[in-house]
Amino acid sequence: MSGHLITVFVPRDSAALSVGADAVAAAIRAEAAKRDLPLRIVRNGSRGMLYLEPLVEVETPEGRVAYGPVTAADVPGLFDAGFLTGGEHALGHGLTEEIPYFKKQERLTFARCGIIDPLSVEDYRAHGGFRGLENALAMSQAEIVKVVTDSGLRGRGGAGFPTGIKWNTVMQAKADEKFVCCNADEGDSGTFADRMIIEGDPFCLIEGMTIAAIAVGATSGYVYMRSEYPHATAILRHAIKLAYDEGWLGDNIHGTDRTFHLDVRVGAGAYICGEETAMLESLEGKRGMVRAKPPLPALEGLFGKPTVVNNVLSLCSVPIILDKGGEYYRDFGVGRSRGTLPFQLAGNIKNGGIVEKAFGITLHELLYEYGGGTITGRPIRAVQVGGPLGAYLPPSQFDLPKDYEAFAAQEAMVGHGGIVVFDDSVDMAQQARFAMEFCVAESCGKCTPCRIGSTRGMETLDKIIAGKNVDANLELLADLCDVMVDGSLCAMGGMTPYPVRSAVKHFPEDFRKKAPAVRVTHIAAE
Amino acid sequence: MTIVEDNRHLRGALLPILHALQEEFGYIDEQAIPLLATELNLSRADVHGVVSFYHEFRREKPGRHIIKVCRAEACQSMGANALVDHIKKRLQVDFHGTTADGAFTLEPVFCLGNCALSPAVMIDENLHGRVSPDRFDELATETRTNPTAHQQIPRAPSHSHKGHAQ
Repeated sequence: MSGHLITVFVPRDSAALSVGADAVAAAIRAEAAKRDLPLRIVRNGSRGMLYLEPLVEVETPEGRVAYGPVTAADVPGLFDAGFLTGGEHALGHGLTEEIPYFKKQERLTFARCGIIDPLSVEDYRAHGGFRGLENALAMSQAEIVKVVTDSGLRGRGGAGFPTGIKWNTVMQAKADEKFVCCNADEGDSGTFADRMIIEGDPFCLIEGMTIAAIAVGATSGYVYMRSEYPHATAILRHAIKLAYDEGWLGDNIHGTDRTFHLDVRVGAGAYICGEETAMLESLEGKRGMVRAKPPLPALEGLFGKPTVVNNVLSLCSVPIILDKGGEYYRDFGVGRSRGTLPFQLAGNIKNGGIVEKAFGITLHELLYEYGGGTITGRPIRAVQVGGPLGAYLPPSQFDLPKDYEAFAAQEAMVGHGGIVVFDDSVDMAQQARFAMEFCVAESCGKCTPCRIGSTRGMETLDKIIAGKNVDANLELLADLCDVMVDGSLCAMGGMTPYPVRSAVKHFPEDFRKKAPAVRVTHIAAE
Repeated sequence: MTIVEDNRHLRGALLPILHALQEEFGYIDEQAIPLLATELNLSRADVHGVVSFYHEFRREKPGRHIIKVCRAEACQSMGANALVDHIKKRLQVDFHGTTADGAFTLEPVFCLGNCALSPAVMIDENLHGRVSPDRFDELATETRTNPTAHQQIPRAPSHSHKGHAQ
């Protein structure tokens, strides 16, 4: 340990790298050498305040002091201002933990993200890591499943299915082999929480998957990563290697008779592989075609064996539940939405990033109190919640509390917690058209309403945008949406209509821009 | 063929093999399809079906650098459509095209996971955020003139457990 050395944290998170974190780290190292000041640079994950990236932190006796967004050119000035002892500077934010954006959060899943060195088992242990797994190793399978069921944890990938119930099904299934698969195919625009936690706290995912494996009796598992996330994949592979080296993965985990082998597989740019059965097909080396359910993957999943398929955030919530107990986790949240969700503020937002809060927070709080409105300074006109298959909501809906049931009642979904913000320059007819265009590009082709309906939907929207037979075409579009919702196996075709319908419902004026003048006046007056 | 041998033990080996081929050669050559079919005891249609299903697999040799521009909603809200128009004009290529000098292949992508710092562009494996048209021009020039200046992703040491997770 080099306790006397000053420690400086410069994130290695992809988002931080995308705005120059590597150059900042190099500049700090060079400037320190020039001034003969010994220091230690830790490449941590992101604290989640992405609007401040690259966020440089310095360890002081009072706590970590934050500076950001720092460019390489700012570095000499920071040294001049004495930032190594927490000196004041125009980019300074004081103690990181006291920044209101951060302080008001309830970090359970992201408790360690941005704090520790993501590739240090020692650091992970020092911050409570592997305590949940140690508890699980001393419990029976049924006891582990009960704790997860009691916690009220629901799948964080979007569908919100109770995790404990899914695990129970796999646990009770009789088979010579079972699997745990982590769906890390985070393809929804506006979501980046999976990537952030894998890059910032990869052992948390490894621990969560190992607990799941012990609970259901699985001996192998896979993490299905996106090819668009090369950094996250490299960090996870490295972390898995370290976990094997330290006996947290492999045969006889920490001297017990439990075994779990974990490997990483990378997708190839198909959005549909985020659907669990398409992901299983892809893991088997095939086209990512959606399977009909039943049989449920819990009974006939990967290679036909009982399989737990969980999202990254679900699995990353498991270690703290096993560490602190189901009740601890359940005490956060409202109604049947228990615990916390890392909301992701994205798009045209001033303070974009991760806000982990208990369910029940409103969109208004997230968008204005945390997000600070748009980055362009114009009014927010629409937000898309829950990815490209999620509804567009107008400001009149911003008081809706974030919980699964309240959103479902509005034909919207909390989904993976992603919120994409648009200012008043957005053309909602174009956004509706894009929803159909996206479905054309990404449909696996199995169900006709999805494969062909999306193309017809795009064509119909083109006619509406061009002002051709608007009323009749809107009616046709509504009918087509019904067919897609009712006639598709999975959410791709089944939910593409959500953004389309919500755009038509909440922003009708955008669909009548080229309609006769009388109608425009009529609609505008509504 | 060592690529096939290195991955043959994996379950569902076709995707890892295709990734390894593309990493080595930059694309999946048509000639590889019957070879893989024979080696993995699959039909040519099976292999062709997989290669053609996934957007990531290229069928033609790309330029020296791959530019991926995000077209998804979060980036749209920050002007991605205008950025795409600018890039196409600047590079004189459409999506999936390669510049005349062979420097760049331009590809569309739906989401790079950098949605709070939109619009996002990835050049080879380097992610860039808040990419304005001017910033794109700088990045393209930097990549052309000094292609090694960009950070490379540190690869983990080879898996000590290779072969276990079968």
